[in-house]
Amino acid sequence: MAESEVLRAPHTIEYTYTRSVGPVIGAFLTGLRDGKILGATTGGGRVVVPPTEYDPITSEDVGELVEVGPSGIVTTWAWAARPLPDQPLDRPFAWALVQLDGADTGMLHVVDAAGPEAMASGMRVTARWRSAGDRIGHLRDIECFVAEGARG
Amino acid sequence: MSEPVTMLETPIRIDYEFTAGLAQSRYLKGIAEGRFLGQRCPKCGKVYVPPRGSCPTDGVPTTDEVVLGNTGIVTTYCVVNVPFQGQSIEIPYICAQILLDGANIAFMGLIQEVPTDEIRMGMRVEAVWVDKKDLGPTMASVKYFRPSGEPDAAYETYEEYL
Amino acid sequence: MAPPSGQGRPVRPVAVVSFAQSDSVRREEHRNDVEMLQPVIQDVFAKVGLTKDDMGFVCSGSCDYLVGAPFSFVQALDAVGAWPPMRESHVEMDGAFAFYEAWTQLREGDIDTALVFSFGRSSMSQLGRVLTLQLDPYYMAPLWPDPVALAALQAQALIDTGRYGEADFAAVAARSRRDARQNPHAQVKGDHSPEELLGDDYVVAPLRRHALPPITDGAAAVILAAGERARALCERPAWITGMDHRIETHALGARDLTTSPTTRRAAGGAGLLDGDGDGGGASVTVDVAELHAPFAHQELILRDALGLGDGVSVNPSGGALAANGVMVAGLVRIGEAAGRIMDGTARTALAHATSGPCLQQNLVCALAAEPAGDGRR
Repeated sequence: MAESEVLRAPHTIEYTYTRSVGPVIGAFLTGLRDGKILGATTGGGRVVVPPTEYDPITSEDVGELVEVGPSGIVTTWAWAARPLPDQPLDRPFAWALVQLDGADTGMLHVVDAAGPEAMASGMRVTARWRSAGDRIGHLRDIECFVAEGARG
Repeated sequence: MSEPVTMLETPIRIDYEFTAGLAQSRYLKGIAEGRFLGQRCPKCGKVYVPPRGSCPTDGVPTTDEVVLGNTGIVTTYCVVNVPFQGQSIEIPYICAQILLDGANIAFMGLIQEVPTDEIRMGMRVEAVWVDKKDLGPTMASVKYFRPSGEPDAAYETYEEYL
Repeated sequence: MAPPSGQGRPVRPVAVVSFAQSDSVRREEHRNDVEMLQPVIQDVFAKVGLTKDDMGFVCSGSCDYLVGAPFSFVQALDAVGAWPPMRESHVEMDGAFAFYEAWTQLREGDIDTALVFSFGRSSMSQLGRVLTLQLDPYYMAPLWPDPVALAALQAQALIDTGRYGEADFAAVAARSRRDARQNPHAQVKGDHSPEELLGDDYVVAPLRRHALPPITDGAAAVILAAGERARALCERPAWITGMDHRIETHALGARDLTTSPTTRRAAGGAGLLDGDGDGGGASVTVDVAELHAPFAHQELILRDALGLGDGVSVNPSGGALAANGVMVAGLVRIGEAAGRIMDGTARTALAHATSGPCLQQNLVCALAAEPAGDGRR
């Protein structure tokens, strides 16, 4: 048959999964709902944020959860000039790994900044939270990070 | 202190463009013309409907097109009593594997116009199409299959397709 | 390290004896997966005069989510013909990892040949969203970071180390496109200077368009054979002298994104570096290295992890910057590296494949014109 006669149709896959979170991730999300950020302490004394159930290097169980942040430093960043659907902000923003005060690892999130010239590795940022009534126990209870000292 | 968080909802949505490929496009064009098209494997001679572009036994392209008729045999069936989200067919309904005359593989179809306690293996059925003006390159062009009134097919004639 | 054979037999060497690939194209307009794959399967068999009935094992790598069709990998077997019933397996990963599985099967000793294939049509979907589904569903996916965003974080981290800058990324891209002109199957070819490429807009800074892989539809297949069977089928089999696969934590912020420690460990495990490759400063010496680096800066990270010197020909095929069939590009690296041994232009080669964001998992395959001396690998 002529190749021009091949049929096409739009096709969508859509589903809302409900995932059980377990005690470690659950504690982290509960913390977010309550307006705080928690990390897990490992046997080696590192604090992993967001908390993993096991030490990412030794695979041992993690210990206590401790509060970290809400400020920290940007360890690396990238400028999203054209945000894609479902991404946290609908205006240009920076992706960043944020190492919160008290943490030994970076957390992926976004920084609301005027432009790439306002971003730099090593800069200090602080969490901008959704209002308490809107927080549900989700990573996006933190709306974004902003430069420390900037008006949120 | 409110309850700890135990669940997280993660909505997923991905949009695709589905291409039917060459063989399935031929098949759906046939459906739009009110007929069933199969393809024959040049090696084993089997006729596949819907055609897949390749013989699943020999792994070679099936290039010979075969026009099949409207009648066939129910090789097996089940009576569905379970409702599911988004269904449009009234329960109970009969879902059957239908071996069209001339084909070497059965496909799934809806059976209507027969009470659920009278459906049987070997029943001969015929396709009921939508009105000609409503035909399109979609399986919705075939409303269902119903008994053709012919005598049942002997078991030996379809047992290898079970 | 070579695992011991189950029955105490010496482990037979295994080789690549045939490789075939489709043209890598932006969009496979007319054919579905089976129709796209079938000529590649026929070609890989024809090159060694074999058929599916000669295969002891068949393994494929693909991702149902690329076309949104569950079990599409089962339907893909129509392109091979799965009758009589065959020993068959599948990984929802790049075909390079199916290749690893086939290699382990052949080393067990009760089969002599295996077919490995992979296919994918990235053009059918919103590829960025599909790949986001592989991320941690609690801590990363809810932000919907696309693969370019994650790669850009890695690229910026690399720039921050002071080792490389955007000009180096452009140099990798320019060289890849130029080399791809020699590759009839490659998709992105051209003759541009790095300075010209630096005129591209940023997609996600610091990555400009030239530093990203193309969207590619394509398929590839490889046949492996063991011992004397390999010698009978192919004048110059590409012997696998070692292969290893290592994975880092999925917690992105707990990784060093600029050094690829698992590539180094996998090279050690494949016998290309002493021990586990932990000894600093050691370097891999091969004639050809095909590195699966979908983003330009990743080639630089991989080169450093492997300690590749200037004498190594890196990605003569053009690499993943010239054609990046998702699920296919890693197997193509293996095929291209093996091809240089089979055509006599190289005596030793390395193929690398990756999976997961920012080089999270890495496989290294060592290939040579002669099998390893004592048969241990």
